[in-house]
Amino acid sequence: MFSVFRDLVRYNLEFAIGLILLLVVVIFACLSFFSPVDPTMVYRVIPDQPPNLDYWFGTNSRGQDMFWQLSFAFRNTLSFGVTVAIFSRIISIVVGLCAGYMGGWVDRVLMFVNDIFVAIPIFPILILFYLVMKTNSNGFVLAILMACFGWPFDARLIRSVALGLRYREFTRQAVFAGMSPLRIMWEEHLPYVMPIIFSTAMANMIWAIGLEVTLAVLGFTNLNIPTVGTTLYWANNHSALVVGTWWWIVIPVAIVVIMFLGLFLLAVSLNEYIDPRSRLRRMGA
Amino acid sequence: MKDYLLFALKRFLQLFAVIAVGCSIAFLIAHLSPISPVEQIIMQVTGRSAASPEAIDRLRAALTEQFGLDVPLWQQYLAFLSRLVVLDFGPALIAFPTPAMDLVRLALPWTVGLLTVSTIITWLLGNVFGALAGYFQNSRLLKAFGIIAIGIQPIPYYIVAFLLVIIFGFIWPILPISGGFAMNVTPGPTWQFALSIAHYAILPSFALVLVGVGTWFLGMRALVSNIITEDYVTYAELGGVKQGRIVGSYVFRNALVPQLTALAMALGGIFSGTVITEQVFTYPGLGSLLIRAVNGGDTAVVMAISCISIISVAGAIFIIDLIHPLLDPRVKVE
Repeated sequence: MFSVFRDLVRYNLEFAIGLILLLVVVIFACLSFFSPVDPTMVYRVIPDQPPNLDYWFGTNSRGQDMFWQLSFAFRNTLSFGVTVAIFSRIISIVVGLCAGYMGGWVDRVLMFVNDIFVAIPIFPILILFYLVMKTNSNGFVLAILMACFGWPFDARLIRSVALGLRYREFTRQAVFAGMSPLRIMWEEHLPYVMPIIFSTAMANMIWAIGLEVTLAVLGFTNLNIPTVGTTLYWANNHSALVVGTWWWIVIPVAIVVIMFLGLFLLAVSLNEYIDPRSRLRRMGA
Repeated sequence: MKDYLLFALKRFLQLFAVIAVGCSIAFLIAHLSPISPVEQIIMQVTGRSAASPEAIDRLRAALTEQFGLDVPLWQQYLAFLSRLVVLDFGPALIAFPTPAMDLVRLALPWTVGLLTVSTIITWLLGNVFGALAGYFQNSRLLKAFGIIAIGIQPIPYYIVAFLLVIIFGFIWPILPISGGFAMNVTPGPTWQFALSIAHYAILPSFALVLVGVGTWFLGMRALVSNIITEDYVTYAELGGVKQGRIVGSYVFRNALVPQLTALAMALGGIFSGTVITEQVFTYPGLGSLLIRAVNGGDTAVVMAISCISIISVAGAIFIIDLIHPLLDPRVKVE
């Protein structure tokens, strides 16, 4: 595991850049644990100050220090993305491995359900969810709901790998040795799909965070919790660009782009790692 | 032909299942609510004007009957399904007593038009450039295009649309940034109206194309760079087949098949993106209606939009699936 990681950093420039970009954002988000300010308080500092030595990212029209505000926002957004990724990974692993290994009617039923979930446009459903829940909803419930829609693509991918593993020598050996199907899937097949799970987890986080930002910008999440989306919502609400407090929008957007680029590069480079042909080409063989 | 009919029948079953499951999920979520829609409406009404308690009681009874909340959940579900068949979602709250479906019907053509045009442009552009980039791997221009595609692709729709509004609306104001057509044009089957629609659609569709094109470009490039290592391509090259023909009929056509499947699978996501983009440009489609409905607390309209979008996305996927065997004769029998 560690040697794979080391090789990726050494030979794959995209992976290294992606890792650095993501680390910068994660460290920035972790700073919020040492924050001297409470992010829910407003009018604690002089509003509308451009970035300066005291307030590195300036202050917004609600009298909040943007540096700490954004630090909290990115912590919440990142943990939201990770929650969605973890739960949807669990569903896709279970569905993908079962469909691939068991085959037959299990496979057909699972893939039928899979195709249904692929086709449902999630955005109107999320808005419906907000409309009926209003302030009763929180980030965690929303994350679970999104995870219920974020698995089908990756389940199909995992299934296609598991299908190939099913007829390999070691699987037969395991069956003859009397291993239960559950243990075969868990101990023998899961390690093979691990790289896919990591790379799709990154892509899934991009998707989840993008949707969350969108919902929040429209004002359809709990606006009192600082996230990237709610930061942009309040900035729009106070017409930041018209008033001239550009740092309120430009800085969060810049950090979001850094985060997305980092995640995306990690996903792409892991994808290349999975495909040995392109890996060889990169190493110059 | 018999195979094709069987294939079409299977796909039709799938279409039916998607609509049934999707609409049921929407129904369930709408009835999860701890807040009764009846009480919400009464709160809105009494907030605006003072009414006598008897009047409120009568309103409550009437609304409960209207929403069908006086019977158990499974009966409500059956009633919902039977009304879904005739696309009846009850009256809209934001334009009472117009049926919610009428509002959706007015907004739908705008969304469908924007979505169809921009999706076709995105898909063609991404695939053609992607195929060229995969085939001519040493071209500097195409490599630069690839890097730009990687950079833009992960940015959410909202942010791209917002940046375009800032650039073309404030910094360099040459394009209209809001609305579906110019104020001084009367709607009707005239050239002026059509031109106005096209003019106003440039920026929203540009935003959609910009975000979407990267995915297709990268996917196609990966596919093509795999296909050109296949033996039959090498053989064709050695046999002296013209390069244009190799790219066109040997490589491009084969790579197009998985991309068409991918288009069917991505349609739901593209639809979500369109909804968001519309909101940024205040385009008069489903997206703007959706936002208006949520702000007005109108469950009927949101419900109608959810179900209609599920039905139309599923329908579009069905159509793509049906033309699939024409492109790839192998998929007839699965």
